[in-house]
Amino acid sequence: MTRRRISLPAIGRVYLGLVLAFLYLPILVMAAMSFNSSKLYRLPIDWSTQWYVALAGNDKLIAAGTNSLIIAVVTTIIATALGTAVSLVFFRYRFRGKAVMQLLLFPPITIPWLIIGTAMLIFFFWVGIGRGLHAMILGHVALALPYVIVVVTARLHSFDPTLEEAARSLGAKAWQVSWRVTFPWIAPGLFAAALFAFAVSFDQFVISYFLAVPGVSTLPVEIYTSIRKGFTPEINAISTIIITFSMALLLGVARFYRFGGER
Amino acid sequence: MAAVTETGAAHRRRAQRLTIFAMTGPAYLWLALTIFLPLSAMAYFSFLTDAPFGNKQAFLTLENYRAFFQEDFYRTLMLRSFRLGAEVTFYCFLFGFPCALVLAKTIRGRWREALFLLVILPFWSNALVRIFSWTMVLRGNGVLETLVNWILPGTGPLNLMFSYPAIIVGLVHSYIPYMILTCYLSLQAIDDSLIEAARSLGAGRLTVLRRLILPLAMPGIFAGAVLIFVPVVGSFMEPRILGGRNGTFIGTIIEDQFTAVFNWPLGAALSFIMLGIVLMILLIASPALRRMR
Repeated sequence: MTRRRISLPAIGRVYLGLVLAFLYLPILVMAAMSFNSSKLYRLPIDWSTQWYVALAGNDKLIAAGTNSLIIAVVTTIIATALGTAVSLVFFRYRFRGKAVMQLLLFPPITIPWLIIGTAMLIFFFWVGIGRGLHAMILGHVALALPYVIVVVTARLHSFDPTLEEAARSLGAKAWQVSWRVTFPWIAPGLFAAALFAFAVSFDQFVISYFLAVPGVSTLPVEIYTSIRKGFTPEINAISTIIITFSMALLLGVARFYRFGGER
Repeated sequence: MAAVTETGAAHRRRAQRLTIFAMTGPAYLWLALTIFLPLSAMAYFSFLTDAPFGNKQAFLTLENYRAFFQEDFYRTLMLRSFRLGAEVTFYCFLFGFPCALVLAKTIRGRWREALFLLVILPFWSNALVRIFSWTMVLRGNGVLETLVNWILPGTGPLNLMFSYPAIIVGLVHSYIPYMILTCYLSLQAIDDSLIEAARSLGAGRLTVLRRLILPLAMPGIFAGAVLIFVPVVGSFMEPRILGGRNGTFIGTIIEDQFTAVFNWPLGAALSFIMLGIVLMILLIASPALRRMR
């Protein structure tokens, strides 16, 4: 009996380790290969940083990276501002149509990106918005909005609404209540939401792929094009940089937003 | 408060409505412009003979939908995509659920938080890059071949690239964190004393799993399954990179209509048929799952 009690969790831990190995193995292999001077990824690895040096001279990838950052920053600002306003309304007021409005947040998350992306392409082309940076920003904000609203609303749930009432009864105007009472409380939630929005935009491939024009693309689009044209080892280097950056970003989110729903 | 007159109350209600409108208006206008109007435009295009740009004449037609029902090619591919979605969802459950169970029920404290974060960390990093990273593992003369030959000498060359299994492996890797996350959330909500009670009443581990844990975790499993199944059915980048010539699915065909063949109406119709089937499956599945709860 006691032996079984010890061994079962042990098996569980080993299993967990195997799953983690599965999740990280390819990423680690890619990172290692980015330091391999062999173009054909020959083993054993011949360590070198030549692909990172080559990357620094690749204007196309650098331009795409700059675009990715611009889009992500603009998306973050817009999505966080618009999404927070919606969360505040959902939190403060009960009104007709609220349930429908909450339901309308699901399509951007649940409909396959392929369909959303091509639908945007059709519509933007049709009404003259066209493709390019502005179109990608339009699309990215739409995808990030639901995440922002979910994260900020979750934070608001731990907020005591009587604090707002108290401030109001003491004569604070609506904007003062928002700025001096509510905002400081939800600030960590806002920060987490902003990082989420940034990550959603920075990692987004499908929408950008359909809204990119030759010459104006993002990193993922440029990487995809390179992969399909044939492997270039510089892609390993830039991919390793991106993945490190994204993971650092998520660790930042985790600092402000408790995952796993523990109290 | 009692002194508030009726006109005052009406005024306040109007002010409130104005606030709601002002604060939610921009976000929903944005969603309308980028999600709902485009989907409507797509619906319209799916009934056209041609994309109505420039001087091109376009007429209303059912031809695009008829193409799907008349040509085996599209139906076969649609079926293939749904099979892919079902298989990937199944493997994610098979391997992800035990992982969530271990995380939620046997590991405690700070370790749990750290491990949980480790599980969802890759999930938030670039999906395309993670699929790309598998090409280096699966290719002939690659890491997997070396590893397998090291464990089982004499296995010989092993090249999984550009095959159906490669697509499955890549997609399971991409989506398994969803399943672990949703299962973990519902498993964590199960009271430990419930499990202890069942055990002390003589239920074996398997019985506890089958009669207690699995039914209570159903909402999480279902949520995970939906979050995985829907995007996998519509995937095109993963099959293209890992499947090569074997990676033709309805998603890649739709992509082709927009980026290579430029038959937008057909692409729109195929998209809507796919969306319709997905919604139908969800509608059929949801009452059955609700009863199980």
